[in-house]
Amino acid sequence: MSPKTLYDKIWDAHVVHESDDGTCLLYIDRHLVHEVTSPQAFEGLRLAGRKVRAPEKTIAVPDHNVPTDPNRLAGIKDEMSRIQVEALRQNAADFGVEMYDVDDIRQGIVHIIGPEQGWTQPGMTIVCGDSHTATHGAFGALAHGIGTSEVEHVLATQTLIQKKSKNMLVRVEGKLPPGVTAKDITLTIIGRTGTAGGNGHVIEYAGSAIRELSVEGRMTVCNMAIEGGARAGLIAPDEKTFEYVKGRPHAPKGAQWEMALEYWKTLTSDEGAHYDKIIEIDASEIAPVVTWGTSPEDVLPITATVPAPEDFAGGKVDAARRSIDYMGLTPGQRLSDITIDTVFIGSCTNGRIEDLREVAKIMEGRRVKDGIRAMIVPGSGLVRAQAEEEGIADKLKAAGFDWRMAGCSMCLGMNPDQLAPGERCASTSNRNFEGRQGYKGRTHLMSPAMAAAAAITGRLTDVRELD
Amino acid sequence: MDKFEKLTGIAAPMPLVNIDTDMIIPKQFLKTIKRTGLGANLFDEMRFDREGNENPDFVLNQPKYRDAEILVAGDNFGCGSSREHAPWAIKDFGISCVISTSFADIFFNNCFKNGILPIALPQEQVDLLMADAEKGSNARMTVDLDQQQITTSDGEVIPFDVDPFRKHCLLHGLDDIGLTMEQAPSIDSYETQLSSVRPWI
Repeated sequence: MSPKTLYDKIWDAHVVHESDDGTCLLYIDRHLVHEVTSPQAFEGLRLAGRKVRAPEKTIAVPDHNVPTDPNRLAGIKDEMSRIQVEALRQNAADFGVEMYDVDDIRQGIVHIIGPEQGWTQPGMTIVCGDSHTATHGAFGALAHGIGTSEVEHVLATQTLIQKKSKNMLVRVEGKLPPGVTAKDITLTIIGRTGTAGGNGHVIEYAGSAIRELSVEGRMTVCNMAIEGGARAGLIAPDEKTFEYVKGRPHAPKGAQWEMALEYWKTLTSDEGAHYDKIIEIDASEIAPVVTWGTSPEDVLPITATVPAPEDFAGGKVDAARRSIDYMGLTPGQRLSDITIDTVFIGSCTNGRIEDLREVAKIMEGRRVKDGIRAMIVPGSGLVRAQAEEEGIADKLKAAGFDWRMAGCSMCLGMNPDQLAPGERCASTSNRNFEGRQGYKGRTHLMSPAMAAAAAITGRLTDVRELD
Repeated sequence: MDKFEKLTGIAAPMPLVNIDTDMIIPKQFLKTIKRTGLGANLFDEMRFDREGNENPDFVLNQPKYRDAEILVAGDNFGCGSSREHAPWAIKDFGISCVISTSFADIFFNNCFKNGILPIALPQEQVDLLMADAEKGSNARMTVDLDQQQITTSDGEVIPFDVDPFRKHCLLHGLDDIGLTMEQAPSIDSYETQLSSVRPWI
């Protein structure tokens, strides 16, 4: 038998039917549903008189639209948002799908709660009508975003019609320098490959620097696979992964746990497996990075300066000119001279407990600079509760942060948390697109540590140089 | 689903690279629970100012491109969010074909579910079609899915590739779910086997 990659193995284990032209019907083990990309799918089922084939393999949670202010249980003021959340509630009830509602402590960002509840496990196929589904790949699962028509297809059949992607390996070897985190790794990779570099591929992240990361750090890396154009990113599961899954509410128990464990240990790429594309990165050369433009590929070390459009080639020259103009920057300006108005810590990229601990560590004995709006939005009700229990919440509040309820918040501005026109944000989220965080808002992506450093000084700051 | 067979129409040029789905349909329009009506807000933040006035420079606001049915765009069109609202908005506006050097995977997939034909071509050919689109409304392009070829206003013919299964579904307006439902016995037997091999699933 020819050697297989991890992706090949998971794929092969899920093929229900393969046509002569290679089009496959792929079985889906878990389906996560949120309020924005599902109403039309449930409506389609109703119109066709179809049922959800496997409601026990599906969970629903509202996250994109929900306000994050502590008074939100009084109701969502924005009528369209309210209707969308109510539609999810009705659809979950009508079709027998479990839902973590707004008043449930388990509610949170769909990609945070999947792993948290043990829904996410190695070797699974996991889909959601959200491109950041790639996050779950950190467990050695094949996880990717789908459109609403495909959401309906999975609800009705528990399968997807797919053609296999190509294999791409991103190997990060060596030791990360101090102050460099999982977020810097993933942004650096996108800076290197570009936002289309992974198109048509599934990325496997490997190498000693990836192995060294915690499971939560690995989630941050896989989360942004889509920003590099790959629908899915994955990492072979290991003891850290198994330990993370063990004992969670939906993890296998007893004899099934042992059986699962035995299977999960086979989920590594074979020696000599073929990759269509290989990228090698030296971990020791990665610096704390920020984005300067309006594409996640616009990544530079914090010690660099704003580039000029002429530094680029082809269509990117005009795109860079547009970005620099939109971001209100000047070529040659030092990145560390860029002053900010707002700090956003949260999102499915960086809204987990370890992210909040990292911020708390940086803030030790320091404060948010006067005049800076700084918000922390835990990724789930449980992350929030844990941070409160650990005393992190009190410390961060005392340091000047606004302590919010769980949700997608300012990552995408579909709820009241938004930037005003021209407002500049140091953000731990995943997209710096025009208008993403609010009309004419300006987003710089970075790690939680770097966002905390920016909160302290009021400008983009090298976390290694804090006093 | 609408069929796509053959289309002759005006092509609008949008040479910008990395046009993301947030640009195609900004977040505030994702709060709908319907698939229709999104065309009015296609490229909203590029097309209109805050007060809703048209930006006269934007390509689809120019009289010659208002009725465009084809879009010729820069590299990596449709990157970012998986929102199917993006192809819904494009289709609702009246555009049924997008041509670029490359597309983001999820967007590319979503197009085929909505009667839109995305065509990926080498840079040189996209440049040629971009130049043809820039001629305006007197220059009509023809896209023939059955023959897999584009004919420019000058009569130049450019062949393109398309996945045979997707071509078949698009030509006949077939609903994926109906097709998959016919394979229910295969899904049943997969699930039976799954319950013994990986019972924890």
